[in-house]
Amino acid sequence: MATLESPPPGTSSSAMRNAFGTVLSALILLLIGVLAFSIRLFSVIKYESVIHEFDPYFNYRVTQFLSKNGIYEFWNWFDDRTWYPLGRVIGGTVYPGLTLTAGTIWWALNAINIPLSVETVCVFTAPVFSAFASWATYLLTKEVKGSGAGLAAAALLAMVPSYISRSVAGSYDNEAVAIFALIFTFYLYIKTLNTGSLFYATLNAIAYFYMVCSWGGYTFIINLIPMHVLLCIVTGRYSPRLYIAYAPLVVLGTLLAALVPVVGFNAVLTSEHFASFLVFIIIHVVALVYYIKGILSPKMFKVAVTLVVSIGLVVCLIVVAVLVALVASSPTGGWSGRSLSLLDPTYASKYIPIIASVSEHQPPTWPSYFMDINVLAFLVPAGIIACFSPLSDASSFVVLYIVMSVYFSGVMVRLMLVLAPAACIMSGIALSQAFDVFTASIKYQLGRSANSKDDAEDNTSTNNAPKDDSSSGKTDKGEEVAKERSSKKGKKKEREPADKPSVKSKIAKKRALVLPLEASIVALLLLIMLGAFYVIHCVWAAAEAYSAPSIVLTSQSRDGLHVFDDFRESYAWLSHNTDVDDKVASWWDYGYQTTAMANRTVIVDNNTWNNTHIATVGTAMSSPEKAAWEIFNSLDVKYVLVVFGGLIGYPSDDINKFLWMVRIGGGVFPHIKEADYLRDGNYRIDSEATPTMLNCLMYKLSYYRFVETDGKGYDRVRRTEIGKKNFKLTHFEEVFTSHHWMVRIYKLKPQKNRIRGRAKKLKLKTSSGLDSKAAKKNPWI
Amino acid sequence: MAARNWIFAVAVFLSLSTFSSAQDLQIVNAERRIDLSSHIVKAFLTLKVENIGKDPAADMLLAFPPTQIKNLAMVQALAVTGKKKKKIYLPLDVKPSEQPDAPNDAGYFLVSFATPLGPGEAVTLEVLYILTHSLEPFPVEITQSESQLVYYRDSAVVLSPYRIKQQTTFFKTPSTRVESFTSVEPANRAGKEIKYGAYEDRAPYSYAPVIVHFENNSPFAVVEELVREIEISHWGSLQITENYRLTHGGARHKGVFSRVEYQSRRSISGSSSFNALLAVLPPRVNSVYYRDNIGNISTSHLRTGFKKSELEFEPRYPLFGGWKATFIIGYRVPLEDYLFEAPDGRRYLNFTFGCPLVETIVNKLTLKVVLPEGSKDPSAVLPFAVNQDLQVKYSYLDIVGRTVVVLQKDNVVPTHNVPFQVYYTFKPIYMLAEPLMLVSAFFFVFVTSLAYVHIDLNIVKK
Repeated sequence: MATLESPPPGTSSSAMRNAFGTVLSALILLLIGVLAFSIRLFSVIKYESVIHEFDPYFNYRVTQFLSKNGIYEFWNWFDDRTWYPLGRVIGGTVYPGLTLTAGTIWWALNAINIPLSVETVCVFTAPVFSAFASWATYLLTKEVKGSGAGLAAAALLAMVPSYISRSVAGSYDNEAVAIFALIFTFYLYIKTLNTGSLFYATLNAIAYFYMVCSWGGYTFIINLIPMHVLLCIVTGRYSPRLYIAYAPLVVLGTLLAALVPVVGFNAVLTSEHFASFLVFIIIHVVALVYYIKGILSPKMFKVAVTLVVSIGLVVCLIVVAVLVALVASSPTGGWSGRSLSLLDPTYASKYIPIIASVSEHQPPTWPSYFMDINVLAFLVPAGIIACFSPLSDASSFVVLYIVMSVYFSGVMVRLMLVLAPAACIMSGIALSQAFDVFTASIKYQLGRSANSKDDAEDNTSTNNAPKDDSSSGKTDKGEEVAKERSSKKGKKKEREPADKPSVKSKIAKKRALVLPLEASIVALLLLIMLGAFYVIHCVWAAAEAYSAPSIVLTSQSRDGLHVFDDFRESYAWLSHNTDVDDKVASWWDYGYQTTAMANRTVIVDNNTWNNTHIATVGTAMSSPEKAAWEIFNSLDVKYVLVVFGGLIGYPSDDINKFLWMVRIGGGVFPHIKEADYLRDGNYRIDSEATPTMLNCLMYKLSYYRFVETDGKGYDRVRRTEIGKKNFKLTHFEEVFTSHHWMVRIYKLKPQKNRIRGRAKKLKLKTSSGLDSKAAKKNPWI
Repeated sequence: MAARNWIFAVAVFLSLSTFSSAQDLQIVNAERRIDLSSHIVKAFLTLKVENIGKDPAADMLLAFPPTQIKNLAMVQALAVTGKKKKKIYLPLDVKPSEQPDAPNDAGYFLVSFATPLGPGEAVTLEVLYILTHSLEPFPVEITQSESQLVYYRDSAVVLSPYRIKQQTTFFKTPSTRVESFTSVEPANRAGKEIKYGAYEDRAPYSYAPVIVHFENNSPFAVVEELVREIEISHWGSLQITENYRLTHGGARHKGVFSRVEYQSRRSISGSSSFNALLAVLPPRVNSVYYRDNIGNISTSHLRTGFKKSELEFEPRYPLFGGWKATFIIGYRVPLEDYLFEAPDGRRYLNFTFGCPLVETIVNKLTLKVVLPEGSKDPSAVLPFAVNQDLQVKYSYLDIVGRTVVVLQKDNVVPTHNVPFQVYYTFKPIYMLAEPLMLVSAFFFVFVTSLAYVHIDLNIVKK
């Protein structure tokens, strides 16, 4: 795009022009960075500077621990405030990249006496890294199709809604830094592929290491790159550069990955990584073949080929056998549940309800594509076509990248995030190429009309050719100059062989692709409109759709903004008014928030590592009061927290999540049967509800004394009156309910003294009056 | 009772030899009005003191029983001169005093007269003393629907090292509901007032313990710890950050908290709880925020005015007895309202001490005045005694750090909201230190990048 703004070539010398181009693109990049950062600040402006949602709270808490206790304590951190009574080894089970990044930023800022709090650093980590990510996109796309495409792709990525959804200020999650790491790793891979430099290969391994530190999605890299290598080999594009790009990455990358505690030996033991080793072997075989081909005469080579092929087949067979044996010996076939559900989209819902219960693990719907990548979806095919003319190693990589990410995003909505950069790169290429064609034709047509008046037909061709050349190939020239400069610094001078023909062919094509002036202008305007539409959509998405922190809700009513801050109200209550060592049971969604905001020990949290434990809580929630009390008491629980949206109509409350509690609980404890809670295949809480449902703890804790608010007990989420209205709690007592009833906290009553006769008598006395009343209304008591 | 008085009397006689002036004064008339309507107990004591000795008396002692002395937040005394309509009040110097042979650990305050009281002369004093944590909830734990009953323990007669000829004491309770009160004849109750006395001619150190058991549902807002930080920026503003640790100091909440009862039957449910507080802030306050360590709290209203601004805010949840909450209030005020230049060239900050919350007790108040980097010779001037300390704080891009004057005082009541001054010297050139540092840092970056681009480090020319 820089080419568009640069002055016509005749006005200044080429050195000046190049310098101007460099400065201009640097300025544009800076502005793109500012744009990427500032578009993510809607959440801070509209709400406040606060950590969002669930997982970010955990990351925030880990970062707090890191900044307080230092790195060594962090590695050895055994967290006893979660998964009670099991605890969790945080240092060994967490991807430390994000935490270490934010911790380092915090430490560096404080070292120069900028006293920002850990929270502030955490809130703004994601926006800062999205600026980095757009710069990395620029670098990657520049390697593929020149800096014009790079700038376009960077600008698109800076505001792609899919990425914004995971990186608004406050969304302090692994993906925030991981997308940058992903793109940067790809950039270094392509850079190594284009240059064949070991320096970049080493950097690539380090970038890969950072990616492994940051996100479990690193397996995408370690499968995509081998695929590309394989593709290159199969299509006869093997070169020493490919070898240098791949072999060091596998060796160094695997060694480095094994250093991360959460990965450890998984880096060589699980099936996700096997593809890379297989390709590692193949590339060596191919390298050997090429080497032998070089030193042998063609005749001898044919003999050698037969020899090598036979040996290679044997080796491959052995390796395959070993792999099969290894895979067969591990319980899940060596694939983790999440990875398996990637390959077989129905796997999770069939076998692992806990994975299926997370909304971001569901397959996306078509509207969500339009929502998340918007017009990019239409530009991507154009970009793919542009990548094929001509096809280079680099462009084949981005084509492969987009194909794979489209598949994965179709499986899991969370992986839209991986698709977004690919879509941006493709669209950037498409846009840049389109602009090139249109502006070049406009220039050509204008030049022709000007020259035709002079009747100098001979000059047109000679005049226009260099003009076209300089304008379209300018970016490549700038690149060339930059390269020459870097070579002055003592680096090897190398030139991508793939690029030179591409430049030439581009020029040749330009001559052929001259469009009429009017058509070009209209097309340009349409493209600009498309871009404007994209920008408007992105800003809207950033402002309206993706900026809500979800711990504080707002609603716009006639008398102004209404704020529902119940979550923090009750977490603050827990943190100030209960004992430090009290255990709080809730559904796992609220585990991270409870530990981070209320600083209380929880039974289960969002790190769903122990299905049985979660099933225990699910069972307790779906059991009758007495049984639930026994389960909770055995877990040393003192408070039970439920989220209830029936009063104000907050739809993602515990009653709506109840089916997962039943399913997960029933998956481990067979006495919980889903059928008992279903009436006509639905979870109902109205008068049609099953007795099991009306007697389970979740129902009782949610609707305790709810009928007294409006006299009818009308649930605004389910849009119905509740089934059982007046009931007493015998084993739990209400200790706190937030202002809008969204969070209700109950305390387990202590066990009654066991004086047999007296207790019975008392029970008879107290229960007779009330229960008989209830019994008349509800025959199943 | 009599036995106790006798013991006091003995103690006094034993100590007589050292108290030269003790018997030279006598109190002709003492009237005490004790206001029990909030949890800050205010006692207004009117004394008519007469010198019956031969030498002029320069000062007199006020005695307090040991149970009160530790809760005594403040003692002030005024001398009243003039008659009826033209009364002139003259503030007197009051300072705590140690008497080596105080009976039963009684505590003393020494009031110095404006002019020594000559023999046979008399003077009228108005004494105000304020007690905190003196209302003891009984029952100690109450449920949501009960109202709060408290004990107040005091003496029916004024404890004094001097003979009191005539005295009366009034207790003013917040409501007419008084469960019981100790009867020391003559004593009677009328409406919200309990009257003890008049008692005639009581010996020094007379003491008649009484207990008043009454309803008090006023908010027992106690700030356990308040840290106020006042940061002076010579670029034009004072940034004040206040860290509160608030608790409800009344009868502990017992058992269930039912939101439906709290919301629908507000008048009888949780009558001793409070859910809103009022802070009185300076008039031209701006950038006010109210948050706690997990984020912004959205329930607050600010009314700015010419004389004062009022911030009405609610904690995240209503506070019942024993419940705690923490929060931070921060605001900014223009510098020119509070920073002045003294005649000797020094600068001084003139700001209000104490806690901006209305009707609250602060158990421990730490006030930190962060002076700008480069200021020297800080000294604080306060009308009462506080612990003073100096610290160093590093803030944005500091190199030598900022001097922090730390003032610390326990048991602070709203009456302590009086101006105080911090003097220091500061050269305005220091204001430019940080901008210059930033400018030079950027300059350095550009120069190095310029140099890097133009230097050829290759050994071999290509």
